[in-house]
Amino acid sequence: MHHPRKKAAGLASVAASMTLLLAACGGGTISDETKKNEANAGSAGECGEINMAVNPWVGYEASAYVVGQVATEKLGCKVNYKNLKEDVSWQGFGTGDVDVVIEDWGHPDLEKKFFEGEGDGSAMDGGPNGNVGIIGWYVPPWLAEAHPDILDHKNLNKYAKQFATSESGGKGQFLGADPSYVQFDEAIISNLGLDFKVVFSGSEAASITAFQQAEKNKEFLIGYFYEPQWLFADVPLEKVALPPYTDGCQDDPAKVACDYPETELKKILSTSWVEEGGPGVTLVQNFQWTNDDQNQVAKYISEDKMKPEEAAAKWIADNEDKVDAWLQ
Amino acid sequence: MSATLAPAAPASSAPEPEERGRSLASIPRWMWALGVIVLWLAVWALTKGNDTLVPAGRELTDVQKSLGGFRDDILASRTDNPLIQFTYDLGSGFTSVVDWFQRLLSIPDFPRPVPQIGWLGVTAVATWVGLAIAGWRIAVLVAVSFLSFGLFGYWSDAIDLLIVTFVAVGVSVLIGMPLAVMVGTGNRAVNAVTNTVLDIFQTMPTFVYLLPIVLFFGIGAAGAVVCTLVYALPPIIRIAGHGIRNVSETTIEATDSAGQTWWQRLTKVQLPMARKTIVVGLNQTIMAALSMATIASYVDGPGLGRPVLDALVKNDVGGAFVPGMLIVVMAVMLDRSTTAASEYSEIAARGGLDLRLRRIVLAATAVPVLVAIYLSRTYPWAAELSDLGWTPKVADAVDSFFVWFTDSFRGATQGFKDLISSLLLNPLQSLLAESPWWLAAGALLALTVVFGGVRALVPTVICIAGLLYFGLWHDAMVTLNMTLVGTVLVMLLAVVFGVAMARRRGIDLVLRPILDAGQTIPPFVYLIPVLALFGPTRFTAIVAGVVYAAPVAIKLVADGVKAVSPSTIEAGRSTGSTRWQEITKVQLPMARASLVLAANQGLLYVLAMAVIGGLVGAGALGYDVVLGFARSEEWGKGAAAGISIVLLGIMIDRIARAAARDTAR
Repeated sequence: MHHPRKKAAGLASVAASMTLLLAACGGGTISDETKKNEANAGSAGECGEINMAVNPWVGYEASAYVVGQVATEKLGCKVNYKNLKEDVSWQGFGTGDVDVVIEDWGHPDLEKKFFEGEGDGSAMDGGPNGNVGIIGWYVPPWLAEAHPDILDHKNLNKYAKQFATSESGGKGQFLGADPSYVQFDEAIISNLGLDFKVVFSGSEAASITAFQQAEKNKEFLIGYFYEPQWLFADVPLEKVALPPYTDGCQDDPAKVACDYPETELKKILSTSWVEEGGPGVTLVQNFQWTNDDQNQVAKYISEDKMKPEEAAAKWIADNEDKVDAWLQ
Repeated sequence: MSATLAPAAPASSAPEPEERGRSLASIPRWMWALGVIVLWLAVWALTKGNDTLVPAGRELTDVQKSLGGFRDDILASRTDNPLIQFTYDLGSGFTSVVDWFQRLLSIPDFPRPVPQIGWLGVTAVATWVGLAIAGWRIAVLVAVSFLSFGLFGYWSDAIDLLIVTFVAVGVSVLIGMPLAVMVGTGNRAVNAVTNTVLDIFQTMPTFVYLLPIVLFFGIGAAGAVVCTLVYALPPIIRIAGHGIRNVSETTIEATDSAGQTWWQRLTKVQLPMARKTIVVGLNQTIMAALSMATIASYVDGPGLGRPVLDALVKNDVGGAFVPGMLIVVMAVMLDRSTTAASEYSEIAARGGLDLRLRRIVLAATAVPVLVAIYLSRTYPWAAELSDLGWTPKVADAVDSFFVWFTDSFRGATQGFKDLISSLLLNPLQSLLAESPWWLAAGALLALTVVFGGVRALVPTVICIAGLLYFGLWHDAMVTLNMTLVGTVLVMLLAVVFGVAMARRRGIDLVLRPILDAGQTIPPFVYLIPVLALFGPTRFTAIVAGVVYAAPVAIKLVADGVKAVSPSTIEAGRSTGSTRWQEITKVQLPMARASLVLAANQGLLYVLAMAVIGGLVGAGALGYDVVLGFARSEEWGKGAAAGISIVLLGIMIDRIARAAARDTAR
């Protein structure tokens, strides 16, 4: 408590002189770049912003960043990537938080809530993105090679005991998947008379780890899985044949006894964003590519550990013709 | 639950006379418990598999459907619901505050290519604040922590996490302190109600309320701040309230006699005297806020949780490790800083510091801080720290370590898992979940009376009725089973390591930081190695629960054993007791209250990881919650599962508290 006022005054004068200094000194590269950005801001294209939902799996990320990168580099759009789960993304259409879901595996319940007709009309079908989801029962490659007959569901009971784990109560274990996917495996197992019990892995990470370990340690494992998925580059799982899918065979969840249908993955778009129009909308609506294309970019991200932007840029540079088609 | 109030809660509750146990004192409690269990086993053997309430197929119950319907109604009304419009504006407010700070500190503020203040300025200011509030040691810790954020290449994410944490903690203090005063000065009824509400806040799995929060407040920073707030608010209310309540009566009476007003009493006596406890509350609030980092990134919340989740989708253990460890670094930095700041201000208040010297030092060091700010606004090198490329190397090293570890020990860990499963998990699950519901419920009630007395009966009856109502009885019993087995493992670790830490200071010094890391590292970082070792099983879920719960329990046991008076131990030594006798006959029995408390907290912490269990193959309530979060049509079931977890938690907590009261006497 000696001379607080004097000290405070001293401090204030230091602060004041520093502020002056701050204001006075421009120069250096930061201010150069600021000026450049200011100058460029006026000449930005008519594209505007795209709010791109990024759902948590690598294939999705690949599609989102390829589209986003094309929009940024070729059309001058500003792309905001938003890391969201599917349900949250759909909620965002109505609030303007989300414009694009680039890969949708089918959410009838959400369509009911947000599509025109039954729902509030904030979201709309943006057409297929070219990828085809192949869902089914898979085993690790070593198992398919050692016991080729395992790839037919009729022979599964023969091996049921070998599939047993601490979780399956004496029956064979069937590894159910991430709950984001609609699964009928309990019904299929009981309707085909298989001696298996479904244990839900609960997340994609758990399923992937299980398949990796099963391949590495030559263990029996069968479970729900799907393509396109980056894991196939590392562990090419083999699909087990179920009675083929026919129209309507999955209509009654309790009576399902057939394979999953091939799913045409599609884009879901914000209705108001599409109505505004612009080159970004056209790009997203035109965007289509194949499973191989996506797997390539997904491999760059997951195996080669590239940043998604870099992975997308690399693919874009290698596939100018495909990209040009989207820009028409 | 009262996790954070830990050390004081049960021990301090007023001893109340209770007749039960006196008249039957001749029969010890464990005999009664044994009797109940034997009877349970006998009836179970005859009725096993009947009335287990396993849901048929995947149909939702009416209660679950109506929960989902309620959510749908709110969603449908979002454009004209005034409440949602209000909360949405509030959310936009949070977003703009966070955004303002981000432009200032962590992201380019267009048209600038960099934030207003770069890494050098931010680090300098933070270090100076550390110096001002807690002395030079903390200043060094702060400086090193901030540098590590930048050098490992996660500067923006780390600063974003700090911003979200501070906004959430700031709002927690604004809302929490008045409520803490209410708790601290209110009557029993106020306390009971607040406690239950806080219990619900702390045990309700975040995945259940994440979607509604997004609906009410929006995605991004708003959602992140609010979901962090919900979880971070309870500790400050509980602990600060507890501190205010415990200000000595005589002091209050003495100052009251001077004729002070209620406000004067509060601001001049109660708050200053409870300051130390309030700081503990603040500290715990910060820790709770940080533990939401990863969850918040599910709704596009900014922060270090993002790279952790990004790595998780690629099963990239090494990639998740570095940002995960930086969260730990941040937690340790904030924990030590707040604790030290409280001690420092106490020393200052007692005149233990040369205030004049301190002012001179602070004024003198302010000059380089201002220079640093200036530099970081002007020159790119001081604005953006180029990372040293360590991160991929560390990630690779971590990856190869875990591959080696998994390959070498997987056989052993699988064997251990199978052993525990067949000896403990499966039989106990069979007893709990395959008993008819009325048998399991009756047995739980009987055990409640045995351990907690008649007082604990009311909450248990309510909770059991609730579990039945929400239609997930069978899953609840499976979750209860995992929680119990997890707690047994936690207590084994707690006793072994707690005693070791109490007896040897060196062990304590080495273990503390590891325990801190176990508590604050996001489980998503270690889930994949644990999955690789144990597979997608209930045991993996238990391991995740144990990693999270054991640190708390170990610390509680260590503190309890340390608190045993040295003279008691001396007395034992003089009679020539061995070390083993000293531990088992003196230290552990004397620390019994701590052991009970550790078991209680351990149980609740293991239960808190039930949802993580759902992500790694453990099924039951955790899976139901994850399912509800993942699929819109199942939200009702997820909500029912979340409520069931809350009910289990409250039931366990109330029984344990009642038991602790009995033990303390």
